[in-house]
Amino acid sequence: MRGFLLATTPAPDTEPRLSAILTAIGDQQADLMNILHAVQAEFGFISEKSMRAIAKALNLTAAEVHGVVTFYHDFKTAPSGTHVLRLCRAEACKSMGADHLAAEVASALGIGFGETTADGAVTLEEVFCLGLCALAPAGDLDGKQYARLSSERVALLAGKVRA
Amino acid sequence: MKVYVPLDSAALAVGADDVAEAIRAEATKRGVTVDLVRNGSRGLLWLEPLVEVETDTGRVAFGPVTVADVAGLFDTGFGAHDLAIGGVEDLPFFARQTRLTFARCGLADPVSLTAYEAMGGLTGLRKALTLTPAQVVETVTASGLRGRGGAGFPTGIKWKTVADAEGDQRYIVCNADEGDSGTFADRMLMEGDPFTLIEGMAIAGYAVGATQGVIYLRSEYPNAAIVLEKALTAARAMGLLGDKVLGQAFKFAIRLQIAAGAYVCGEETSLLNSMEGRRGIVRTKPPLPAVKGFLASPTVVNNVLTLGSVPHILAHGAEGYAALGLGRSKGTMPIQLGGNLRHTGLFEAPFGITLGALVNDIAGGTATGRPLRAVQVGGPLGAYMSANDMDLPFTYEHFDAAGGLIGHAGIVGFDDQIDMLEMARFAFEFCAKESCGKCTPCRIGSVRGAETIARARTDATAIPLIKDLCVTMKDGSLCALGGFTPYPVMSAITKFPEDFALTETEAAE
Repeated sequence: MRGFLLATTPAPDTEPRLSAILTAIGDQQADLMNILHAVQAEFGFISEKSMRAIAKALNLTAAEVHGVVTFYHDFKTAPSGTHVLRLCRAEACKSMGADHLAAEVASALGIGFGETTADGAVTLEEVFCLGLCALAPAGDLDGKQYARLSSERVALLAGKVRA
Repeated sequence: MKVYVPLDSAALAVGADDVAEAIRAEATKRGVTVDLVRNGSRGLLWLEPLVEVETDTGRVAFGPVTVADVAGLFDTGFGAHDLAIGGVEDLPFFARQTRLTFARCGLADPVSLTAYEAMGGLTGLRKALTLTPAQVVETVTASGLRGRGGAGFPTGIKWKTVADAEGDQRYIVCNADEGDSGTFADRMLMEGDPFTLIEGMAIAGYAVGATQGVIYLRSEYPNAAIVLEKALTAARAMGLLGDKVLGQAFKFAIRLQIAAGAYVCGEETSLLNSMEGRRGIVRTKPPLPAVKGFLASPTVVNNVLTLGSVPHILAHGAEGYAALGLGRSKGTMPIQLGGNLRHTGLFEAPFGITLGALVNDIAGGTATGRPLRAVQVGGPLGAYMSANDMDLPFTYEHFDAAGGLIGHAGIVGFDDQIDMLEMARFAFEFCAKESCGKCTPCRIGSVRGAETIARARTDATAIPLIKDLCVTMKDGSLCALGGFTPYPVMSAITKFPEDFALTETEAAE
């Protein structure tokens, strides 16, 4: 879960840490979601190497694990920027100017959605609903949620983490 | 002095933690003893962060409070301040509600089981345990409770199917994958009164003979996960969950499963696949999850609000609940007012209130002050309604007859700046992004729909194609994602045709 990850800088896979996760959570296919969340929290993303190790531990094919990882928006197969900014693009936020906000923020960062700034500092992502529809537009930065967003407020937040 | 500052995500997202910290610091500075309670939200979300103070005459509220206001609040002794709004219960937005499912939300520390019991919690489960499981199912059936997730299937009938199904192990799965834009009632209940959900799941477990419950919670709700884990820990420690629930011969456990950001997993069979560690692909029915659900065992899959309504029904009887509402839409619905509306938040009321009363009287029109042009009811798969639909009573049947749905009861307002062609195009885009890919009408239809509708103003053949495509998607999709995407698309086209008209230049060609 994003709220609990990204606290640490992505580190390279190391087998002992991966083994520890697999031992702690379990070896059934029904444990797979929890394993993937834990691996991503530990390493920042889920590498090909991790997927193969998980597949072996759960007696699945690498293709099956790859299929699960790539199905869910939360799971990343490559490292994100140091900070991840997500803006809600769903209807309730659109009704309060989310599209305009998204355009301003993307332009200020000089990147599009799904991209990371050249210095690796910020990844910009879209999200569909954080349940903050009463105080739109909303978004989150490194897992912390913000509502009643304006481009000024986003700039302020982005400035704080980049400083 | 007892002060309440909500820990609800909506309050936190507009600075409630900072306000709470500022109140603590100011109190220390002034040598005032403050008992600071982090409660759930009272549901008047446009006033968040909403701070309440206990007085001799009850709780009085202030909002929206910023850190800069805190010193001033202390200066006036939390009295005649500009932000004072009196008692929450006296405000029309609250006074007009009938709070059953949300009766306790926001009143106390949500993870205090002692406080929960003091407010009447656990009465429903205690009552259920004096009945036979079949009597509990009958009570829920008699209440007329229907699935609050959107499908509106009678809950008692689903429970009976699971109770009667063959299997050694049964499961209660709470669908907390509240992905619909404009909905947040599940989140509010889980963050503000989680024991109501836990109690409801335990009652369901007793009724159908299940010993294991799972809450499948969307990852976009990290604060709800924290509150639920604390509540589950307290419930285990105090005997609400475990080998002998409330000391009785009934075993029930609940664990939390965090989802991973796929909208389609709100569909019950996708959800079950996800819980099993698979891609969240929709399953064909039959078999129904009630017969073969989680790990091929009989499984109740109920929404948070469905399960959260059960404790009240058991505690107060089916008759009172069934007497509320209109026609076959019985009881109350926690309606969520969001988007471009002035008074946004949670409004629980019996079915039957009109759409106009909700958006004009209660929500007070738009937040921007511009004319209200459209409202979308029931999330991204719900129809857009116009000013002509304001007399529509809020029930499953009336919305169905009007070409829409109430879904999970989210209502999103839009002012006159909205481009309905863009909203219709977005409905297709969203479907394309979130489609599980199993059926062609949804997987391919959504992509072609988004491409085609984008040229509706310059190509006279586009709208007839879209209409044809919508018939295919509605009749040919496996689940509601592809099957209901035509609702927002077609309602936008039929109710707001001016936004789809050919532009002059192209029309002249």
